[in-house]
Amino acid sequence: MKKDLLGIADLTADDIYRVLETADAMREVGQRPIKKVPTLRGKTVVNLFYEPSTRTRTSFEIAEKRLSADTLNVAVAASSVLKGETLVDTAMNIEAMSPDMIVLRHASSGACHLLSRICRSRIINAGDGMHEHPTQALLDAFTIREHKKEIAGLKIAIIGDLLHSRVLRSNALLLTKLGANLWVCGPPTLVPPGIECLGVRVTTSVDEAVRDADVIMMLRIQQERMQGAFFPSLREYFNVFGMTTERVKLAKPDVIIMHPGPMNRGVEIASDVADGPYSVILEQVANGVAVRMAVLYLLAGGVEDEAAA
Amino acid sequence: MPVVLDADRMVRSLARIAHEILERNSGPGNIAELALVGIRTRGVPLARRIAKSIHEIAHHETPTGALDITLYRDDLSSHTLGPQPLVRKTEIPFSIDGKLILLVDDVLYTGRTIRAALDALIDFGRPKAIQLVVLVDRGHRELPIKADYVGKNIPTASTQNVQVHLMEIDGRDEVEVLP
Repeated sequence: MKKDLLGIADLTADDIYRVLETADAMREVGQRPIKKVPTLRGKTVVNLFYEPSTRTRTSFEIAEKRLSADTLNVAVAASSVLKGETLVDTAMNIEAMSPDMIVLRHASSGACHLLSRICRSRIINAGDGMHEHPTQALLDAFTIREHKKEIAGLKIAIIGDLLHSRVLRSNALLLTKLGANLWVCGPPTLVPPGIECLGVRVTTSVDEAVRDADVIMMLRIQQERMQGAFFPSLREYFNVFGMTTERVKLAKPDVIIMHPGPMNRGVEIASDVADGPYSVILEQVANGVAVRMAVLYLLAGGVEDEAAA
Repeated sequence: MPVVLDADRMVRSLARIAHEILERNSGPGNIAELALVGIRTRGVPLARRIAKSIHEIAHHETPTGALDITLYRDDLSSHTLGPQPLVRKTEIPFSIDGKLILLVDDVLYTGRTIRAALDALIDFGRPKAIQLVVLVDRGHRELPIKADYVGKNIPTASTQNVQVHLMEIDGRDEVEVLP
């Protein structure tokens, strides 16, 4: 591993398998009566979240605590950020107190890369703007492998708001690195130009994307990032692009349905699909803890580049 | 002479250890409390072999588990160069509460692995007792730890390297001392 986890773009297929295999061992810790190992004793991890988050922040905090790290959550809403402090100044002040790792979520793409250049602490990207959300893609891959063994050769359809989705970018990079046959689908206004260069097939027909798919991954309509009218109404969006029981029937009989959360029920996914037998949405959340434990553990070690140099 | 224990003598050492375990824990009800936990990697097949010997002698199935101690190592933070050691799965499919745990490893050297294994085991419950089984004791302890059952004591220099090869992992049964 490198010093920081900024995105899937920096990882090789071997790095990805290393994280997934380590996560498999980490999961066992969460099944014990005493869910704690002393591995990161004495390490300090700061969770710096500039955007609202329930799942990712809780998941990181549980992972840190299960590894015995000292964790600290900076609630930006109650911090000096409101007094006008810049990200760099906030980071340098936290850095002055010698943490070992900073887990950062920020609304601007590239915020983690900025901190990576100026901080000695390891930086873990917990979502930066519309760029990457690497631990989400890793936990998605872990969940897929649990059900399908190998990712290579699977038809995987990612459907929804492609334009604003960091989950899409990280997943597209990861799944194509591991050899999946990846389709993406969304309304033309929400398909970013040039997305083909990620090695994905693009369609605006949900039926085409879903037909014979092994995995269907639904993306949230990110209304908080939408300035302008990308489609006429949420109701019309659901009629054309929403995942319904009828559409699921076009996929393989053993298809799994995924969603990174938070879900908009009745917008991108029908409730009976989200809660139905093909849904692995809550498994994704459970696996998130094990995958984040693996990332924290692997980043706490030495830096390969430096060892080789 | 690099080979210090060949396949025949390894089989006999393990059979003797199985007898010693049964002899030492022969009180009423004791055999039902026995459980074997092998330390990954090579302690695991050794624990299975001892379980098989105990079964042949006493017709009793001893529950057997596998313990990975990587997350309990005392040298993780000193790995400032190079990547973290690989973590593998711990599989202890039974409750260790009130059990008489036989902890199994291939080589006993500094004692640091056993220290980590004791910490790990205690996180799984409160065993009645823990006894230590090793195939080879090579000396040079750095902690106050002693084996209860030893396949063979091999005096070594700390510069030497003791390598245990097992059929299940390496395709042959042999212990070598390399300079």
